[in-house]
Amino acid sequence: MTMRRREFLAGTAILVLSTMKSRATIISGGLPWTPDAGTPPIPVRPGPWHYFTSDEGRAVEALADRIIPPDPQTPGGKDSGCAVFVDRQLAGPYGRSEGHYNQPPFMPGTKQQGSQSQKGPAAVYREALAALDRYCQSTYQGKRFADLSDEQKDELLKNIEDEKTKLEGIDGKSFFAQVIKDVQTGFFADPIYGGNRDMVAWKMIGYPGARYNYLDWVDRHNERFPLPPVSLMGRADWSPKP
Amino acid sequence: MPKKLPKKDVVIIGLGWTGSILAHELTDEGLDVIAIERGPWRDAPTEFPPNYAQDELRYRIRHELFLRPEQNTFTFRNKMNQTALPIRDWGSFMPPNGVGGGGVHWNAETFRFMPSDFVLKTHLTERYGAAFLPEDMTIQDFGVTYDELEQHYDAFEYLCGTSGTAGNLRGQIQEGGNPFEGPRSRPYPTPAQKQPFSHTLFAKAARELGYKPFPQPSGNLSQAYTNPLGLRMGPCTYCGFCEWFGCGNYSKASPQTTILPLLVRKSNFTARDNSEVLHINLDRSGKHATGVTFVDTGGVEWEQPADLVILSAYTLFNVQMLLNSKIGTPYDPVANKGVIGRNFTHQTISSVNGFFDNKKFNFNPFIASGAIGMCIDEFNGDNFDHGPHGFVGGGYMGQVQTNGRPIQSASVPPGTPKWGAVWKNATRDNYLSTVKPGTGVHGSFYSYRDVYLDLDPTYTDRFGRPLMRMTIDFHDNELKQNAFLTDKFAEIIRAMGAHTLDKQYRKGPYDATDYQTTHLNGGAIMGTDPSTSAINRYLQSWDVPNLFVMGASAFPQNAGYNPTGTVAALAFWAASAIRGQYLKNPGPLVHA
Repeated sequence: MTMRRREFLAGTAILVLSTMKSRATIISGGLPWTPDAGTPPIPVRPGPWHYFTSDEGRAVEALADRIIPPDPQTPGGKDSGCAVFVDRQLAGPYGRSEGHYNQPPFMPGTKQQGSQSQKGPAAVYREALAALDRYCQSTYQGKRFADLSDEQKDELLKNIEDEKTKLEGIDGKSFFAQVIKDVQTGFFADPIYGGNRDMVAWKMIGYPGARYNYLDWVDRHNERFPLPPVSLMGRADWSPKP
Repeated sequence: MPKKLPKKDVVIIGLGWTGSILAHELTDEGLDVIAIERGPWRDAPTEFPPNYAQDELRYRIRHELFLRPEQNTFTFRNKMNQTALPIRDWGSFMPPNGVGGGGVHWNAETFRFMPSDFVLKTHLTERYGAAFLPEDMTIQDFGVTYDELEQHYDAFEYLCGTSGTAGNLRGQIQEGGNPFEGPRSRPYPTPAQKQPFSHTLFAKAARELGYKPFPQPSGNLSQAYTNPLGLRMGPCTYCGFCEWFGCGNYSKASPQTTILPLLVRKSNFTARDNSEVLHINLDRSGKHATGVTFVDTGGVEWEQPADLVILSAYTLFNVQMLLNSKIGTPYDPVANKGVIGRNFTHQTISSVNGFFDNKKFNFNPFIASGAIGMCIDEFNGDNFDHGPHGFVGGGYMGQVQTNGRPIQSASVPPGTPKWGAVWKNATRDNYLSTVKPGTGVHGSFYSYRDVYLDLDPTYTDRFGRPLMRMTIDFHDNELKQNAFLTDKFAEIIRAMGAHTLDKQYRKGPYDATDYQTTHLNGGAIMGTDPSTSAINRYLQSWDVPNLFVMGASAFPQNAGYNPTGTVAALAFWAASAIRGQYLKNPGPLVHA
């Protein structure tokens, strides 16, 4: 077979099939390898919101600070970047439920059957944040959620969680559960995604981050691991000083 | 019309563990082999290098290495009278995708089943009487015995370099190993991994309670190893990014580390990636496979003719392929007739988190590997008298904490609010001093008449084919088993010194959103009777003798162990039958 002969002469061969869209390859003769073929993560840059409007961004920052309130040792959800994390996630594949099975019919099911919603998280946040602000404006003399006192915010969120307060047109309890999950995910994810700024969450709990070798430590039992955390971007003090 | 490719001796559907094993064995026999893989080629340097592999969000939370449900998913319901709905995002199990299959992202917990697991129906009936078993339970013997598989388990462990402590060497019970295991012909190829603090504490507490703890057999290697194919692996560094991740360190046994570098150099082997087999083609008699039809990601359809077809996809995709190819009679649970889709099972998993005084205990939970752990087997299989308890089955249990990745593993004691200052402080105070076993209780899941697979009447995949429908729920037998085992497990965690326990019993109904394990089994089971099994004891299709079906789809029911060791042993067993018997005289290896 001539194809085999050509591949053989070329040593390791990956033959990209002629169809333009196709990434399908024929592999024979050796391990396919090309330089710089990896797909490292793309760091989130600070700056304006990618998905949120400014009111939505303020509301999510306020939510993040009640879910993870600041304390003297560790910043809260807002200053640790959790709202930025959620914004960038909603602007990306997660926000669109990319890769999920999105074929109709959409029918309500049991809890065990999982979400059957046609809406991705981005659309859910847009509707729910609007409903939250509408509720606050009608209940607290025109104030939006972000403008309430911490005590008012906590009381309202507790009531939403306990389904004592209903938000118009949306499932407030499950929305708040999703915000808790997303904010806490951002708090503990690698700082490359915008949250956990300066690895504050990892320092708080004693997690050394993206290290890859504990051979010297596996049998040092009941000793505190002494090294500070490292992220996929390294550490601030590794960067050259200007 | 599909474009027709030149004929091969063998076409392999899916290049994971079993596809790689069969490809290696059959190319050694001199056959011209092509493997067709739905997903991409994967290798450590390009896909999960150690400079960015340790990314919990990307790999664990956003499922980077797995199939996308938009490519193929399943519909799910608990009961036959419900409407099944599509699993739109993965939950209770994670279908693999790409070269290496589940062997890329597994923990590498490399157990063998016990001898009695292979003759389960006979064993339980003899010991307890047929009336002891629930009426609708459909367990069967495998049709192959532990003794027949021993050399094939051994072959897989030596391929992988599995790290462990033998418990039964040629019938002699060994100190420090699992005394309940079947006899093994030689020790593990490498010694057991070192154990972190909480794992040794579990072993000590278990020993004091009278149990015989042993290190979990691990495909994360304790030391450098060169396997019989001449491929080299490095020692595991306990990085804590193992299961759900690929190993960037060549320390986890996978097709990538143990087979593929040699396999792809053979002149009689070819692989095609990003190419999904749509169906197996049959001749007019319906009893002979002529090859497969596949479509690549560019949408081009191809026909690959071959003399021998090896179906070696993941459990569910094997069953779906048989249904779509109209091979074998689909199972009808009402009539209890037919074979394709019957005896579908999962695993009965639960755990107990233990919270310890953080002034006295520092576990450094991030120092771990996917198959680390100390386990006991006193409550597995039929290692204890089930008479007084009113259920059958069991599982191993252990402190198998595989990581301290904080998004998933930062835990707070039961009753703590889910947010706010109290949550934040509890998270800070408990992270280093919590025991959070991965799968603490790893129980069996026996088969039932109303737990099965068939084609969905409503939903279709991107090619317009029906999705496969899963009908699955826990039965009382498994829930009783789990309550008993979880309580036993909690006693050990308490004895370690925990001040607070969070017992997470497995409760019904089966929840497709809650990750349990990816150990789905059955649907194309092996056996001795073509009316109750899809394949014979050599994994050969009863209906189409030039088709062999690998994988856990062959399990008539699931034991209380991780399946990969047994899946691989069965693949070597089938390969041996093909090489030793089938090729000399192609045709049925068993006449029913």
